[in-house]
Parts: sequence; structure tokens; C-alpha cells
Amino acid sequence: MSPDEEEIVPAVRADNLYKIFGKRSDRALKMLSEGASTDEAKALGVTPAVVDVSFDVEPGEIFVVMGLSGSGKSTLIRMLNGLLEPTGGHVEIDGANITDLRPKELRSVRQKKISMVFQHFALFPHRTVLDNAAYGLEVQGVDTAERRERAQRALGMVGLEGWETHLPEQLSGGMQQRVGLARALASESEIMLMDEAFSALDPLIRRDMQTQLLELQSQLGKTIVFITHDLNEAMRLGDRIAVMRSGRIVQIGTAEEILNDPANDYVAQFVQDVDRTRVLTATSVMEQPLAVVAANAGPRAALRTMRENQSGAAFVLDRERRLVGAVRADPVAEAVRKGEDKLDGLIEEELQTVTPDTAVADLFAPAAESPLPLAVIDERNRLLGVIPRVTLLAALGNVNGHDAPRHTSVAEMEAEADDVPGPAADDDGKEEAAGVDS
Amino acid sequence: MSTPDMGAHVLASSQWVNQHFPFFGDIGKTIAGWFSWLQVGKWFSALVDWATNHLDPLFSFINDVLQWCVDSLTSVFLFLPALIFALILALIAWGIRGVRFGIFAFLSLALIVQMGQWKDAMNTLSLVLVASVIAVVIGIPIGIASARSSTVSSIVKPILDFMQTLPAFVYLIPAVSFFSIGSVPGVVATVVFALPPGVRLTELGIRQVDKEMVEAGEAFGAPPMKILTRIQFPLALPTIMAGINQVIMLSLSLVVIAGMVGAGGLGGVVYQAISNLDLVAGFEGGVAVVILAIYLDRVTASLGTRSPVARAQKAAAKA
Repeated sequence: MSPDEEEIVPAVRADNLYKIFGKRSDRALKMLSEGASTDEAKALGVTPAVVDVSFDVEPGEIFVVMGLSGSGKSTLIRMLNGLLEPTGGHVEIDGANITDLRPKELRSVRQKKISMVFQHFALFPHRTVLDNAAYGLEVQGVDTAERRERAQRALGMVGLEGWETHLPEQLSGGMQQRVGLARALASESEIMLMDEAFSALDPLIRRDMQTQLLELQSQLGKTIVFITHDLNEAMRLGDRIAVMRSGRIVQIGTAEEILNDPANDYVAQFVQDVDRTRVLTATSVMEQPLAVVAANAGPRAALRTMRENQSGAAFVLDRERRLVGAVRADPVAEAVRKGEDKLDGLIEEELQTVTPDTAVADLFAPAAESPLPLAVIDERNRLLGVIPRVTLLAALGNVNGHDAPRHTSVAEMEAEADDVPGPAADDDGKEEAAGVDS
Repeated sequence: MSTPDMGAHVLASSQWVNQHFPFFGDIGKTIAGWFSWLQVGKWFSALVDWATNHLDPLFSFINDVLQWCVDSLTSVFLFLPALIFALILALIAWGIRGVRFGIFAFLSLALIVQMGQWKDAMNTLSLVLVASVIAVVIGIPIGIASARSSTVSSIVKPILDFMQTLPAFVYLIPAVSFFSIGSVPGVVATVVFALPPGVRLTELGIRQVDKEMVEAGEAFGAPPMKILTRIQFPLALPTIMAGINQVIMLSLSLVVIAGMVGAGGLGGVVYQAISNLDLVAGFEGGVAVVILAIYLDRVTASLGTRSPVARAQKAAAKA
């Protein structure tokens, strides 16, 4: 994907997809596309599994389709690689319509572009781990030596070196699914479909696998369509989440959008039990850093900034808004009294910093250890925002509604650098924090 | 309530119905008259006649081929002295199943020799093998086709039911009119009789293969033929082998009946013994059949456990 392309072609695109099982599916399709309800269509004796589903999956994105069993998500994912033929609508892979392809062309798309990971692993019991991982390559006609090498590499990526000659049944469930993952990775297709891939694993293993998938994803940048019925899993993995209910998509959005702005009661009910501290990130609770001083400013200016903001400390930034450190009011006042004109020697450089996508749950430990507010910095060390301890606590108390005021007064907290109400915990927060230097 | 009482009761009431409602009987006769053109047996007979008259070249070709197969196989079996060949069969049994079964096989085969039934037993063995091979060669592809298509399956199933339940003697009659007396009608009737389990268990085995595994093959873009040969067939093999085992067992059971149409072998021995009320020969022939049955059953059953999965397990255990 070169950045100078005018429009990014979605890796996967579903366009008004319908899948209706039953004899009179054509009539049902017509009824549904004219706006009939699913129940009306069911009266024809058909089962509408997927109804008018459209979405784009951007390259490099993890797109999660979340729904309870029977919501049509498994049917949907099987249409994306043509295992099931849509009753209506079509699927595009890298901009090419695959719905009308002949079987042979479709097979070639599956070999090269899309791989799949299955709920119950679907490993071949009569093949070794290595031969299982090499299956996709074998189908592509890659010769033995090369496919073994590539399968070996894929097994290495999922941490299964040394298990090549074992049989799937000799492995634990989590390891088996890693073989399934390696099989999908080995074919080196850009798109991976994961059908309830971790649902058959017990919760601890499932978390490990999620972590591993996220790590792999940060290295490989595949386009992943992930099906799950577990909302926490969806929130943890998904860049965007599509919530499905009886064949329709009821909402598509980021985890935070779905949490904070559910499209309807169904979604709202669904998300009410979610552990928000795991879903909300530093971005959504951080505030504008007001008490900041330039690195080349004098103690007098620093002290004034702190006074203006009724703060006991200030963050020190360089010209590019990169975080240098922090200064506290007392030593600065001392320096002013002594008539010094530089902050050198007063700056504390050991600060607790977090990245914007750190989960709120993971902010508590650093916040507890730090006397200063947490600094939220981007990958270039630029200060995006700050999270005073009291803001964090307020956010925690606030998990049931985003409309309530985020926090009250912070001025009484000693050594807290901020007392101005920050942006609300919605999307705008991100932009305001990012555009803080304007 | 005892049965004769009930029979008498039913009879009495049917007489009562006939007396008081004579028109029921008349209606019955009238309806029967409407369907007098329906002569299932005659049609079948006519079909057999037509086939006998018109397909003779085909039948005589099949006849020659099958006769040649059975004869050459028998002469191979009888080429070596009886005890030496029995020893070879026992060694095969040893190799496949273990030393105990090997010894048992040798002793029981030697008993056949001692009873003077060896020649007939080998004749029967070759009949069974020829019939089984044909049944398997025909049955497995039909089984695969039925597993892949529900339409094929729904057509094949009633035919198989028919083949299995029609008394075996009944298809000996057309077999004789096509191929006259001898081994060949025996083989043909045996094939028809032994085919169904081969088809059914092949279909079952392939349908039982985990759907997700077949999907995995499809999802990685494997063509249907590769999915069949690399995934479905290997995983269905234990069930298919059980089917082959059943085919062989049914062949053996019908080969004895085929003795009636002059198929020879142990069937001939038993049939003769029945005609002459010769208990000695009948029992000896029967025991020889049982020994062959045990041998073939155990050997083929063991082959069934040597599935690709089991082989992979062995290989993995060694590694």
C-alpha cells in the first residue's frame, strides 16, 4: 500500500451480502431487500442467516465480527472466501469481485490471498505438525524442501520450534491452534479469516493466544477478519468491531465507540458487562497538559506557569514538544530566589510515561508509583496528554456513563500538574490532545 | 392370549365380514381386475430373457474373464503343496496380527488339509477373492459418489436395500440364465450380494470426516479431488476397511449358497452333503468354511486398524 495512492482499496469488502438458506431463498431475498423484516421472511420457510451486510476491511486492520451463536457470523465469514455462495450481493478481495469466479479461479484466490483459522483447529490427524503447517503450500504446489522451510518459519513465529515431528493429537489445545495459525501464516496470504479461533480454548490460554496474535499482527500487519462471540475478546483484538444480530450488522465502530455510544439497546445491553478499564485506553481519559514549560525557559517563567495553573509541577518540553522531564514548584522557587536563569539541574528526567493505547486497567500501577501525573507520549516521545491520578479514579468511577463530568477539583492534590477539566471521554479527546500545541 | 386362539379369532371375524358384507370381496376382485396388467414377476423374467438373448456377447465376455480369474487364482493357490501354502498363509497372518494368530492359522489350515478339503477350500478362496475385489472396485466409487451427492445417495440407497434383502437364491436364477452353471454365476451373484456394505460403509466413512477438516482443505484452495484423496479417503479408511471386511464375509457366506449352481468349492461339498444327507462331509465342509471365514476376517480386520492416522502415530512415536 503506497501512501500516494489516492484511495486505499479495501482488502475485504462485503457489499449488501445476503445468505438465505431454504428452497424459496430467491423470493425471501427479494422481500428482504425491499425492506421486509427477518421474521416476515422466515414465514416463507427459509432461514435468513446473513441479511444485507456491508463493510470494508482496510489493509492491516483487525476487523472483528461479534455476535451470539446464530447471529450469522460464521455464515458471513464463509462467504468472504467463497466457501458459501452469497444469495445476494458480492464480496471483493483487493478490489476484485470473487463472487462470480469460476471454481478454479476461486481456489487460486484462496491459495494466494486468504487463509483461514478454524474454531476446532481442523488439523489433519494423519499429518505431522510440520506437514499440517505446510498444507497450504502443498496445495499451492510449492516443492517439498521450500514448503518445509517456510512451514518451519511459520511454526517458529508461533513458538512451536521442536514440535515439527509430533502429531496434532499430542499437543494441547492452545498448541494445536498455534499450528492452525502457523498453517495460515505459512501460506503468506495477506488476509486471514479467523472463525472463533480461540473460542474452544480455556480462558487463560485464550488470553495468551490473543496476546500472541496481537504481537504477530504488530510484526506482520495482516488483514484479519476475526469472528467471536466474546465481547471482551472483540474489544481486545479489534481495531473495529461489527456487532451482528440475527443476520444484520447493528453497529460498526471501534471498541470505544461501541462502548460509549451504543447504536441501540441491544448493543448497550451487550456491552454493559464489559470491563471498561480493559477497553478504554489512556487516550480516552487523558487531559490537556496545561502546565508545560519550554526547556530553554527560565525558572521565573516556569514558576509563573505553575502558579497560573495552580499546579505544583510542570512538564518540560523541547521545541518539538518532546518530553524532557518535569520540574517542581519548590526547587524552582528556590532557584528564582537565588536568581538563577536556567532550569538546568532542576529537571527530573525519570518520569512514568505511557503510550496512548495503554488500557486504563494498566494505568493504575504506574499512576500509583508516580508522584506526578502520568505523561502520555507518542512513539516520538512527544507529549500528547497527561493523566493525573484523580482523573484516573474519576474515569474508573464513571464507567457507567460518559456524560457525567469526568472529575472535580484537582487543585488540592499536591504535586499534581493540572486542574483544568480535560476534554470529554469521546473521540474528540484524541484530537484535542493531539492539537494541544495550537 | 395364545397364538392359535388369536388366529382362529381373526379367521372367524373375516368370515363374518364376508358373510355380512359380500360386496367387500367384490370390490377387492374388481380392483384386482384393474391391476391385472401389473405382472412384476413376468416383467422381470421378460427382462432377463431379453438380456439373455441380446446381451449374450457381453455375458460370454464377462463369463470368460471371470472364469479365467477364478481358474488362474485357484491354480496359483494349488501350485504349491498344500501344507507349504498353508504355512505361507500362516506367516502372513503372523506378520499382520501376531504370532498367536499365526500359529492358530497354521493349525486350522492344516486341519482343512487333513480333512481333505484343501482343493475345495482354495477354490472357494479364489471365488471369494475375485468376488470381493470386484465388489470393492465397484462399491467404493459408488460409495464415494453417494457421499458427495445426496441425490446419488438417495437413488443408490433403495437399490442397495433391494440387493441386500432380496433372498440370495433369487438372483442365482438370472445369474444362471446369463452365465449357465459354474463358478461365474456364483461370482456374479456373490458380487451383487456383497456389494452393499462396501458402498454403505464407504459413504458413511467419508460423510463422518469432520466437516471443518474438509472446509480447511477448501479454504486453502485444494481441488475436490485432492480433498478426497488426501483428507477424506485417508480419514475414512478405517470405516472403509470395515466395509471391505464385511464384503469379504458376505462373499464367503454366499459362495456356499452358490454351490447350488455348480460354483464348486466348499459350497459344492456342502450342497452335495445336503442332497445325500451326508453329515460327515457336510460338517467337514462347514468347518472348513468357518476356518476360512475366521482367517479372512481377522486378517482384513487388522488391515483396517492400519489407518493413515495409526501409521502416523507409529511414526511419531518412533521420532
